[in-house]
Amino acid sequence: MQPDDDTLRDIHRRMVRIRVFETEAGKLAEAGRIPGALHLYVGQEAVAAGIMAHLSADDWITSTHRGHGHLIAKGGAFDRMFAELFGRATGYCRGKGGSMHISNMELGMLGANGIVGAGPPIAVGAAFTAKYRKTDRVAVTFFGDGASNEGSFHEAANMAALYKLPALFVCENNGYGEYTAQANHQAIVDVADRAAGYGMPGVIVDGMDAVAVYEAAGAALERARAGEGPTLLECKTYRFFDHVGVRGMGLSYRTDAELEEWQKRDPIHMFEERLAELGVLSQEQAAEVHDGIMAEVQAGIEFAEQSPVPDVATLLDDVYA
Amino acid sequence: MAEAVATRELTYVGAIAEAAHTVLAEQDTAFVAGEDVAGAGGVFGSYRGLLDAYGEERVIDTPISEEGIVGLAVGAAATGLRPIIDIMFMDFMGECMDEIANQMAKMRYMFGGSASLPITIVTMSGGGMNMAAQHSQSLEAWICHLPGLKVVAPATPHDAKGLIIAASRDDNPVFVVLNKLSLRNTGEVPEDSYEVPIGKARTVREGSDLTIVTYSRMVHEATTAAEALAEEGIDSEVIDLRSLQPMDTEAMVASVQKTHRAIVVHEAVRFGGLGGEIASQIQELAFDYLDAPVARIGAPFSPVPFAANLEQAWLPNAPKIVAAAKELLGSE
Ligand SMILES: Cc1ncc(C[n+]2csc(CCOP(=O)(O)OP(=O)(O)O)c2C)c(N)n1
Ligand SMILES: [Mg+2]
Repeated sequence: MQPDDDTLRDIHRRMVRIRVFETEAGKLAEAGRIPGALHLYVGQEAVAAGIMAHLSADDWITSTHRGHGHLIAKGGAFDRMFAELFGRATGYCRGKGGSMHISNMELGMLGANGIVGAGPPIAVGAAFTAKYRKTDRVAVTFFGDGASNEGSFHEAANMAALYKLPALFVCENNGYGEYTAQANHQAIVDVADRAAGYGMPGVIVDGMDAVAVYEAAGAALERARAGEGPTLLECKTYRFFDHVGVRGMGLSYRTDAELEEWQKRDPIHMFEERLAELGVLSQEQAAEVHDGIMAEVQAGIEFAEQSPVPDVATLLDDVYA
Repeated sequence: MAEAVATRELTYVGAIAEAAHTVLAEQDTAFVAGEDVAGAGGVFGSYRGLLDAYGEERVIDTPISEEGIVGLAVGAAATGLRPIIDIMFMDFMGECMDEIANQMAKMRYMFGGSASLPITIVTMSGGGMNMAAQHSQSLEAWICHLPGLKVVAPATPHDAKGLIIAASRDDNPVFVVLNKLSLRNTGEVPEDSYEVPIGKARTVREGSDLTIVTYSRMVHEATTAAEALAEEGIDSEVIDLRSLQPMDTEAMVASVQKTHRAIVVHEAVRFGGLGGEIASQIQELAFDYLDAPVARIGAPFSPVPFAANLEQAWLPNAPKIVAAAKELLGSE
């Protein structure tokens, strides 16, 4: 399923939206203006953008601690996202969730998650709903290489395949779980190998190449919507920043040279070169996209800063229905 | 405390690390396993330098597999080793609760005493760091409810080191519930190896008007409250339980017999928290001495909120203790 020109521009937009939001959020965190821990998505944009380009608000996703990018690609609005990161009443979670629990049910986003590996079983539940109600909706679960070592992933994969659920398991293999390299946390190189053990296809794709991600996801989602069951899609990618926060260089657990190698394959730069070559989007047009998004990000930050903090009287709201 | 030993100021996290070094030096069957404990020295710095000192056979980075980590400890302990395992945040116990509750806690009893499980489980509790609902909980009540486990919750660097060492020498599984907001706190810590006995409370401050029974970080809030109350002529005794399972019932009862009033304080959600157990023990054993019902302070019945103002409103603190103390004294 090759993307048409509009789709290419749409994927580009989604990627740039993530990049600019995350870069600015990182600066705010460094300046102490956003409390708590931020796990930023910079470097992995092609994965969220390439997959979300296939989804509507009716489709569900589960995310991870590194969840801003998924929500943005799913249509998250900057103002309400920043408000949540700032802990304001106008945030998507009314300030109760913050970065690690950011969600928007209306967009089909079943939450970022503070618990590694918690998403896949929940996506199985959403896919179960899709099948139960005889819809053509799908549930996509994003998780890391590290998360693929949690029992929860394995139980979810088995159930999804057993029940032929319309689910897509997206492993964003960025080579590290926190500060531990993949070679030190699992004895395999390709997480996709695990698919065979559950009776679903395992597909490996270059996670820095948004078109490759788009095409592979398209085939898997078509299969899912046709009732043929789940797929495990492994996207080989890299996070440009540290596990938490912004710093990407000078880290003890990986080399700067390794980062630089991956940065040469920056998903946005590669994509922009390709779009320019194809005549789909010129460098000038791309720059305009960046500028427009930056303005929207700044407006979002301003909205957040001017928003009230939650009223303490709301502390016990929403514990129960 | 009159200890004729060389001490120096150390942070809480420094004391944890020193304990880990001490245990590995003293016991050749002890090893440390957990997520990012080796290469990174622990995400909180609890195991800094350990890998360099003891090598990768004894300081082991595990996959993100909590059930596997606890199971590893159960199996290794039952077959002769003395594991120290790290569950980074206590909130992650959800991932490994069967290994904790149905295997580790019960194996010795179910096997008629033939198995021994000398396991130290190191974990972090507590809020106040804008870490939201899944990284801020105080879930000690979950594990204190399980016969077969011991649970300690040190408030100071001194007790953190001494309780970790004591836990490592105990032939039972011992949870060491540490507090992440206390990591940079400093205090006097002996250089040598020592044990803080499991099951013994510490009187932090003597007083005659009321007893504040507490543990973990709330010890500091209680001390601050006691100082504020002292300015108003109210003399509080502060008891740091240190050990939650077993619990030093004798120490709290003796104190209440002297002061005739008690407030129990913990950061955990009040409903179903240990405060209920403590209040109950005091009422059972010191009923005739009480001049007022035992008061309880704990967090309100909600998950830990993210927004800083909500989290601060949620957390128990010194002003809340002061208010409760005044009410208690006025309620005669
Ligand atoms: C159950 C659980 N265990 C451990 C953690 C701590 N933790 C947070 S993120 C992370 C690494 C996750 O690695 P991966 O799944 O590869 O995702 P990435 O951070 O690389 O995006 C760990 C260990 C957690 N949040 N939840
Ligand atoms: Mg990873």
